[in-house]
Amino acid sequence: MGIKMRNYLLLLLLAVSPFVLAETNAEKGHAIALETDNRDKGWQDSFAEMKMVLRNRHGKESVRLIRVTNLEMDGDGDKGLTVFDEPRDIKGTAFLSYSHALEPDEQWIYLPALKRVKRISSSNKSGPFMGSEFAYEDISSFEIPKYSYLYLRDEVINGIDCFVLELRPQYKHSGYIKSHVWVDKVEYRRQKIDYYDRKDSLLKIQTFSDYQLYLDQYWRSHTMTMDNQQNGKSTTLYQQNFKFKAGLTADDFKKNDLKRQR
Amino acid sequence: MTLRRMILNANVKLWVKKIAFALLGGLAVPSVLAVELSGYAGAEYRYFLHDSALPFPGQHVPSVVLAPEFYTEWDDGQQSLLFSPFLRLDGEDAERTHGDIGELQWLLVRDDWELRVGVGKVFWGVAESQHLVDVINQTDLVENSDTEDKLGQPMINLSVFRDWGTVDLFVMPYFRERTFAGRDGRLRGPLVVNTDAAAYESGSGRHHLDVAVRWSHSLGDWDIGVSHFYGINREPQLLLNSTATALIPFYETMHQTGLDAQYTVEAWLWKLETIRRETDTDTFFALTGGVEYTFYSVFETDVDVGLIAEYLFDDRDDAPKTAFEDDVLMGARLTWNDTQSTELLFGLIQDLSSEDIGWNIEASRRIGDRWKLSVEGRFFSVNDNTSVLYPVRRDDYFQLELARYF
Repeated sequence: MGIKMRNYLLLLLLAVSPFVLAETNAEKGHAIALETDNRDKGWQDSFAEMKMVLRNRHGKESVRLIRVTNLEMDGDGDKGLTVFDEPRDIKGTAFLSYSHALEPDEQWIYLPALKRVKRISSSNKSGPFMGSEFAYEDISSFEIPKYSYLYLRDEVINGIDCFVLELRPQYKHSGYIKSHVWVDKVEYRRQKIDYYDRKDSLLKIQTFSDYQLYLDQYWRSHTMTMDNQQNGKSTTLYQQNFKFKAGLTADDFKKNDLKRQR
Repeated sequence: MTLRRMILNANVKLWVKKIAFALLGGLAVPSVLAVELSGYAGAEYRYFLHDSALPFPGQHVPSVVLAPEFYTEWDDGQQSLLFSPFLRLDGEDAERTHGDIGELQWLLVRDDWELRVGVGKVFWGVAESQHLVDVINQTDLVENSDTEDKLGQPMINLSVFRDWGTVDLFVMPYFRERTFAGRDGRLRGPLVVNTDAAAYESGSGRHHLDVAVRWSHSLGDWDIGVSHFYGINREPQLLLNSTATALIPFYETMHQTGLDAQYTVEAWLWKLETIRRETDTDTFFALTGGVEYTFYSVFETDVDVGLIAEYLFDDRDDAPKTAFEDDVLMGARLTWNDTQSTELLFGLIQDLSSEDIGWNIEASRRIGDRWKLSVEGRFFSVNDNTSVLYPVRRDDYFQLELARYF
């Protein structure tokens, strides 16, 4: 805070209108979230290979391999198609999701052993994704209306100057009462998230590293670690081979497409 | 076979040939293809709790299974070939020692249509207790008495995608006969089914050209399918042979119209499947309807508990052709959501008129990254001697399977 913050307010006062002076921490938090969202618009479609390393309390590791394709939707949540490669017993399982900001998501899963496409309930936001420390809601598409925002403070972490925001989920069935998000001031990339459970105690800490820039605009973290503060387990999610703008359309994200994923 | 039907068959066959030649002629297959291998091999042990009432079958049944899958694609993933053979060697029952080609299928993907040619497997429906609507594939009854296992079906399947839904057309030139337990096998009646003596209503026998069409669509919270099938009934009648020493499967020709629908709201899944089946000897209506509700992360753990309740109705009350003419299924699915993907499914089907009950339990857990241990148990409490389940009332069993995935 201090001098920097005062300068910032002064600048705003001079440049815009007197009303800005009255900007509340809620408005500032919302504005920062909006800027974060806006900077990540226009990627159209994306693909990434993901490796999840699950670690239990004793350091024993277990690996998950998945491939994720997403389609950016204007004014709605993204569509996503996830194909599972490992563990081998669930190889070929595919998961299709149409996410929405506040309406329930639409989700289907393909079970290759039964050749069966099943529509599933999307109420399971807080459950573990593939037995990992990532919950479904942690990896779903970010949409502005999903949260209320509060700017808390400025803080330098790992030498990076950040805004710290408080997000409170506005959608149903969240496992969190709130989360604290560190967003760097230069590129608006998430650096760290503290998740608080429904009893308001710290549950998990997510850290983002190995950011790389794609198409001169889109920053993607290649290593995300989720440390559970309550059960001592952790999961590291490595992302690689990002591809964007492959020309995918909504037709590539249909229930029928699940059956032929490999 | 009527003349009309012969002409129809001939016309469709000609049409199929034309399409196949046009497609195969125009599409070159590259010379070098990377083949991806996956699948599993497993060892299974079944323990039947009681002595069989019959002289031959035993109580301990070991068996092994091999189910590899070979896959290759080319043309930027727009064409692929899938081959999944299956082999089971059973220590007791020669009929359960069997192999199958579950899939041997060429797939061509285009923007708004897909074509599958070869041997394939297709699932239709939404219910858990039984699959009325699902009629494309024959049941591999000897593999598992729960009718969930299927045999590969030779077919040409064209899928067309439109804004108003998906239309699937099926042409099936060759029929697969149902498998039945042999002399030394459990889970059968006192008379063995002589599958070598199968008879058909249609003069073309297993070469009868079956056809099917299905429309399916997702509309908001609704997932709907409507289908019609014309061809050989996958469920044979079992007739006494002339010396009354064995049963002979008799396959009729049928028309079946089916509807399946699921309404998904919050943690509720509302399910309905209904069919009307018409054969020369019988026309009937059957229905499965019910709900599944899931409690997520119960008692502040990661465990999900899903409760399932379904009602099964069949208006064939004149003869014991079905086990499910007025029955209720109640079940629970527990999912631990742990690293080992531990799961447990428990259910019972009760006949409302006779009080007969069938119990079912299935559980599985991954061991390490490549192994999976599965437990299965089926138990019967059957007193009604007119029930189709009466012959298997002493065939309660537990089964343990250890499989390695590759």
